[in-house]
Amino acid sequence: MPEGSIWIVVMLGGLATYLIRLSFIALVPHERLPAAFRDGLRFIPPAVLSAIVLPELVLRDGALALSLDNHRLLAGVVAALVAWRTRSTWLTIGAGLLALILLSLL
Amino acid sequence: MTASPPHKEFLDGVRDQLPLLLGVVPFGLIFGALAISAGVPPLAAQGFSLVIFAGSAQFIAATMVGSGALPGVIVFTILIVNLRHALYSASLAPHLAHLPRRWKLALSWLLTDEAFAMASARYRRGELAQAHWYLLGTGMTLWASWQVSTSLGIALGTRLPEDLPLDFALPLTFLAILRPNLVDPPSWAAAAAGGLLAVLLGGLPFKLGLVVASMAAVGTGLAVHRLSGRHKADGNA
Repeated sequence: MPEGSIWIVVMLGGLATYLIRLSFIALVPHERLPAAFRDGLRFIPPAVLSAIVLPELVLRDGALALSLDNHRLLAGVVAALVAWRTRSTWLTIGAGLLALILLSLL
Repeated sequence: MTASPPHKEFLDGVRDQLPLLLGVVPFGLIFGALAISAGVPPLAAQGFSLVIFAGSAQFIAATMVGSGALPGVIVFTILIVNLRHALYSASLAPHLAHLPRRWKLALSWLLTDEAFAMASARYRRGELAQAHWYLLGTGMTLWASWQVSTSLGIALGTRLPEDLPLDFALPLTFLAILRPNLVDPPSWAAAAAGGLLAVLLGGLPFKLGLVVASMAAVGTGLAVHRLSGRHKADGNA
């Protein structure tokens, strides 16, 4: 692909991304949104965070992997327990990475 | 209750973002190397990180450049992959509504998955008068790390160690941030629905599974909220 075309992709892709990020913050007035929409906002963090995390733990190469061979699932369970008890980001990451590395050494 | 001064909020934002860099920096290195091997010139490879600033979309776009896709198709793909940012924008909008326009423009520019995760945690904690400085600290730390790691990846090319599982630091951080969001049955329902649907829809391309699962999960949270509210109302009657 010619370099000029790549720069067009960069600029238009960047513009599209920025407009999406601006959408509700700067383009749509919050007061105009329906009440049900505003009530739903507080569920966005738990919904999205869980939707990002769970596939990373239980899918391997796009297929469901609910077995002891799936080290990321086991390490994720360890990390979830640590997150539950300590509420510390550092300890959660440390425990999860350590568990993953130890499992790969077994 | 006294709010923290701006510089303290900013530095807290920088500090809280540091664990995420374990995952972000290797991701940036790999992006730089991948873009070069896909035939993107070095300056344009950096341009992806400077202008688009969205890891997953950049990976897919650079790969499509390498396979000779049409520019319009690549731009459309970037748009689809980044649709999830509209959810982040909606979630933060009420917290940023009082800010001057220049703040909204800047914080929107820095709104990534990682920045949103840290912001959602910050806005749960109260004393919010200067919390936008926290977002700025967190977003600028990410932005700078993304630029530097992309540059290093461009310079180092494919000579990168690939056996360290550092990419796992990102889901682990999101897991830690998910925890304080689980406060009542509706938020549990939203998280359960989001996770399960994202797994079921994991086969959809362009992160569409994540967007659809998240929106359905927000609806699930709302439905449980309504049902439990009605239940309480009945109990009071």
